[in-house]
Amino acid sequence: MSTLTKQDTFSSLLAAAPKNFESVRTLGNESFLAQGLPAVKAEEYKFTNISKKLEQNISNFSPALPFKVTAELVKSSVFEGFEGDLLVFANGKFLPELSSKIEDLEVSLISDKPELSLGSIAKPEKDAFAALNQASFEDGIFISVPKKAQIEKPVLLLSFNQANEGQVIQPRLWIEVGDFAEVTFIDQSISLGDTSYFVNKVVEVKGGVNSQIHYYRLQNEGKNAIEVSNIETDIQKDARFSSVTISLSGDMVRNNLNLNLIGSNSEGNMYGIYLINGKTHVDNHTNVDHTIPHAESNELYKGILADQSRGVFNGKIFVRQDAQKTNAFQQNNNILLSEDAIVNTKPQLEIWADDVKCSHGCTVGQLDEEALFYLQARGIDKMQAKGLLLYAFAGEVLEKIEVESFREYCDSLIQDRLGSKF
Amino acid sequence: MLSIKNLHASIEGTEILRGINLEVKAGEVHAIMGPNGSGKSTLASVLAGREEYEVTEGEVTFKGKNLLDLAPEDRAREGVFLAFQYPVEIPGVSSTNFLRTAVNQVREYRGQEPLDAVKFLTLMKEKMKLVEIDQKLLSRSLNEGFSGGEKKRNEIFQMAMLEPTLSILDETDSGLDIDALRIVSNGVNQLKSDKNATIVVTHYQRLLDYIVPDYVHVLYKGRIVKSGTKELAMELEEKGYDWIKDEIDSAATV
Repeated sequence: MSTLTKQDTFSSLLAAAPKNFESVRTLGNESFLAQGLPAVKAEEYKFTNISKKLEQNISNFSPALPFKVTAELVKSSVFEGFEGDLLVFANGKFLPELSSKIEDLEVSLISDKPELSLGSIAKPEKDAFAALNQASFEDGIFISVPKKAQIEKPVLLLSFNQANEGQVIQPRLWIEVGDFAEVTFIDQSISLGDTSYFVNKVVEVKGGVNSQIHYYRLQNEGKNAIEVSNIETDIQKDARFSSVTISLSGDMVRNNLNLNLIGSNSEGNMYGIYLINGKTHVDNHTNVDHTIPHAESNELYKGILADQSRGVFNGKIFVRQDAQKTNAFQQNNNILLSEDAIVNTKPQLEIWADDVKCSHGCTVGQLDEEALFYLQARGIDKMQAKGLLLYAFAGEVLEKIEVESFREYCDSLIQDRLGSKF
Repeated sequence: MLSIKNLHASIEGTEILRGINLEVKAGEVHAIMGPNGSGKSTLASVLAGREEYEVTEGEVTFKGKNLLDLAPEDRAREGVFLAFQYPVEIPGVSSTNFLRTAVNQVREYRGQEPLDAVKFLTLMKEKMKLVEIDQKLLSRSLNEGFSGGEKKRNEIFQMAMLEPTLSILDETDSGLDIDALRIVSNGVNQLKSDKNATIVVTHYQRLLDYIVPDYVHVLYKGRIVKSGTKELAMELEEKGYDWIKDEIDSAATV
């Protein structure tokens, strides 16, 4: 029995939690203690032994302190071609002096919003890590997009992470998007150095009626970064929430993404690429809950795994009894480039309504040898032919990114990784 | 240009080619005919470098080089072109990008400057006319959703772009209607010169009405059992393959 399955490890973190949001924290604390950290056989963490990983790699379970970030660092870290506003964080702490003042957008510290019903969307009882964050987060930010506002330029959430004495980073975001409003977020974390740290992130998104929200994530952290995130949103009537998650590195990454379709004619889209090598472990657990009729969800995750990397995909689709005329599509395709790479993929459909269109499919395979030979037979170098095929494989997800500069940036990272330019 | 001597090849331990001898010179068109399973497509595949086949004996020299030592891409760069019997659909790879990568890698190998976008498009437009291929097809993913005829035209179009010295057409005619066959053959004929050679692998004589061969070889049980001129193809058309089979099989039992 791992010591971490008991809660002792986090007791100091829990004890040192700020005193605000008392009832919210108490709820988180109780929920965390009731669940404990996932045990080895816990169904939801069966293929991702995060407890063991934490035990082996993290020695100081106190908060990693904020550190000084220079304007030069920010400037050099923003990807080429980015045009938009910037919110900067160091170990989860918001740095207003380095962030943009965004027209039409309210940004404040969560500690300045005591009335927020934190945990009402990402409920602590669903996941031990969401509960842990709720009990012990330091602070976070509140972002509000007013009704009908159209934030045309994307908002880049740029987080710098680095362990110092403490190794735990717990970002928390609350995003409110008013009715008919539109906004795009790009959530990118950058590791400073190769220190071991544990990010435990919670993002709650409260969308309005007919709102349009894009949430892009780029996970390209250091090889010792461990991360668990819980992103959850309720999608209202006629609204659309689309996410694209690009995971390229890290030690162990677990993404819980939960979309609750609660208004008719709502749409939830989940796309992702995990292109990993070395010993990187990436686990995407998605959950889409159709509670009402006439909603649609689309999901496509693609994995390319080299070396001894490991990928996990678990896609749950719930279609409740009232959710007639639901369209729900899910697809997960994987290419293994080495005999030591592993992928576990599990579609999980639970359908209680009888008039729905649902489909799912998953594949695990190698590169198509016939296609490879065809390209070589036309004079294309074998390595480049492989790159071309893998790039084409990933392309279907990349094209879901609607911000051109960000798409091009991800494109270039992927091309670099695949070892060829096209 | 191409010299095949006593070529033996097998796949998964089964010998398919059992001693092929063939000399092809610049300017010539050779037809390789034969019943199903005689080893025609295997010969084409071995020449192009398909890895599943193991060459167990014999040699192949192409323009003085040992062809069997070269990787498939280097064979292509040296000027060998295989028009596939079943061209592969590759979703997500645009025809144009693919071809530009291929053309420029081949040019680089041959010590030529890469083509810029404008020059490449000009070349493409010129070659497209040869096989009457629609530009719309080329803006799609490579071969994806193409009809059988479109795929074969695309093969000949690629051949035109890569300007090979030895083209091997593997059953390019099968499945084509007469119009498509005429278009494909026209393309091949216009690309013929006294500097390059063509090997036409086919089961049917019909294609040879359009692409007239200098030599016709009949492949049976992994060997060339009869060689002749285009009249041999006419004879095969008339009499089928059985008389050759009988001739060989009875000779073998004696």
